[in-house]
Amino acid sequence: MTEHFPVLILLVPLFGALIVVLLGRERPDQCWVTSLISLGVSSLISFFTVIAVLSGKVQTLRYRMGGWPESDGYEVGIELRVDILAALVVFAVTFVGFVNTIYSKTRAGAEVRGKVPFFYALIQLLIVGLCGIVMTNDAFNLYVLIEITSLTSYALIAMGNRRAALSSFNYVIMGTIGASFYLIGVGYLYIKTGTLNIDDIRMVLEQKNLWEHQSIIVAFIFIMLGVWTKMAFFPLHGWLPNAYAYAPSMTGTFMAPLMTKVMVYVMIRVMVWIFGNEFVYSSQPMWGEIVIWMSVLAIVAGSLLALARTDIKKILTYLIVAEVGYMVGGSWLADGVGQAGAFYHILSDAAMTFCLFIAASIIVLRVGDSRVNAFDGLFRKMPLTMIGFTVGALSMIGLPPTCGFFSKWYLISAGIEAGHWGYVCALIFSSLVNAVIFFRIFERAYFGKISGVKEDHFPSDSDANPDIRIKEVPWSMLVPLFIASGSVLLLGIMNRSLFEWIQAALKMMNT
Amino acid sequence: MDPIIATFIEENIVPNFNYWIYVILMMIGLYAMITKNNLIKKLIGMAIFQTAIILFYVSVGVKDAANIPIISHHGSEHHQMTDLSSETDSTKEIHNTIDKDKYANPLPHVLMLTAIVVGVSTLGLALAISQKIYKSFGTLEEDEILNKLRPGGHD
Repeated sequence: MTEHFPVLILLVPLFGALIVVLLGRERPDQCWVTSLISLGVSSLISFFTVIAVLSGKVQTLRYRMGGWPESDGYEVGIELRVDILAALVVFAVTFVGFVNTIYSKTRAGAEVRGKVPFFYALIQLLIVGLCGIVMTNDAFNLYVLIEITSLTSYALIAMGNRRAALSSFNYVIMGTIGASFYLIGVGYLYIKTGTLNIDDIRMVLEQKNLWEHQSIIVAFIFIMLGVWTKMAFFPLHGWLPNAYAYAPSMTGTFMAPLMTKVMVYVMIRVMVWIFGNEFVYSSQPMWGEIVIWMSVLAIVAGSLLALARTDIKKILTYLIVAEVGYMVGGSWLADGVGQAGAFYHILSDAAMTFCLFIAASIIVLRVGDSRVNAFDGLFRKMPLTMIGFTVGALSMIGLPPTCGFFSKWYLISAGIEAGHWGYVCALIFSSLVNAVIFFRIFERAYFGKISGVKEDHFPSDSDANPDIRIKEVPWSMLVPLFIASGSVLLLGIMNRSLFEWIQAALKMMNT
Repeated sequence: MDPIIATFIEENIVPNFNYWIYVILMMIGLYAMITKNNLIKKLIGMAIFQTAIILFYVSVGVKDAANIPIISHHGSEHHQMTDLSSETDSTKEIHNTIDKDKYANPLPHVLMLTAIVVGVSTLGLALAISQKIYKSFGTLEEDEILNKLRPGGHD
């Protein structure tokens, strides 16, 4: 049974999406339950996959799509490959998808009125695409899955207001450039190696010793540029803030934590599995230096741009840009700790961004104003929401025992070990800026006077006093917030064992 | 013509003309996507950009004096083999007998079928989005749209 897990993780939401579209015509009220069940099953399977891979019986699950036989030369068909790293990311994707579906229970009807079935179908297809990106072992299939996630996310963003449509259009342009660059890179690799399977590409590169060849270097640069565009690495980040801030709230809460992180995973996979550390770090020593300084720029610029904003969602989106800088810089520090730290940061950043986006969406919904001024006195009015927000914010700043502290700890210690002080300073600077941003909000929320605020979207409470009008949201939004903040703490507490698993998996590949 | 330019053209451009054309087309597309003000013109640029990559892939599979890769006798001989253990050996033999220089490489073409589908759906989605933009802003010129957004707290 275990050997079929990789494909089941993909098939359950895929058929879930089809069923939701068919159901949507007659019974739109059933869409939520259907997608909740399908994503629940999918995340359960991926949880068992994590356990199966960890238990040591099978360290790497391989699944041949279409049952192509194992040939002695090249792999013919498309192969799914799940090791501990892929299993952890797939579990993060499906679990965030599941929890986000709980959150969308009341919001979907309100924000994408009349398109609820399509929303649930698209979000499940997006999850299929993201899981496929993580699991596939075929470079061209990776491109197709990147385009599947991109297409679904363009449509999901464009479901918002008119600003969302415009930012979605910009995302289409940037996303297409990024994915096409990746495709060109794969084309050059195919010309030189004659195969598309990631393991086989590596094998041929090593056998024929093609490392110095121009085509391979050009392929590497094109793939990196494409992946960086997709993950919004600093000078290429233009599409991200507007797209995530104006999208419907339950779309933003899902895409903000996952899209960029999965692309960081693709970058680490290309660096470690296709090209190998020796090529990336040693053959062109200038590259590492340049990329790390670019990531320093990304961290500093992302933090400062976030500091300059007053809109809470914009602040969070610019913080994502800074966090992408963390991960790119960490994975280019030429040592295993940096890569493992960047990988651990994928998981912890997904948890804390998810937590903050849910909290911010709830607050914007209740207060009806997305500016920071709206936080005045919120601790008295919505204590539960603010507790969740505080956990996420403290993790962003980097206070123990949240996972943000530990990922920063690993990244900083890797930076010190590699002797790259610019990167270390940028991380500490970004921590301080995050502290300024979030303590400014805490101050308002604790001590701020409650001003006259607009009525919320639930006018059932007829009390004229705005102090009482703003109240906690229903359980379907609070439960996801607490699951998210709980996972921030859990990832922080489990950091030691997680980090060791990640390091072991990366070491296995590098030797 | 200057002899240096002539030799450059002869040595670099003529043998690799397919790459040159793909790069030029790609640059045209990229230029249109980045600089054009009209959203539909940006999409036309995007289509040119994607087509350039398709051209690149397809030209990679071409060989001189090669035929389309339909191998008539391969399947029939394959079916005659009943013994599974000897099948791998026999297919290897057949592979050896096929002269691979006589057939164009089919794989890039197959990959591009998928890429064409992806390109078409991206274009369709982008056109739908621009329709939505036109309905809510009344224009497809980017600067006019940004002007309309400015009073409402443009960020």
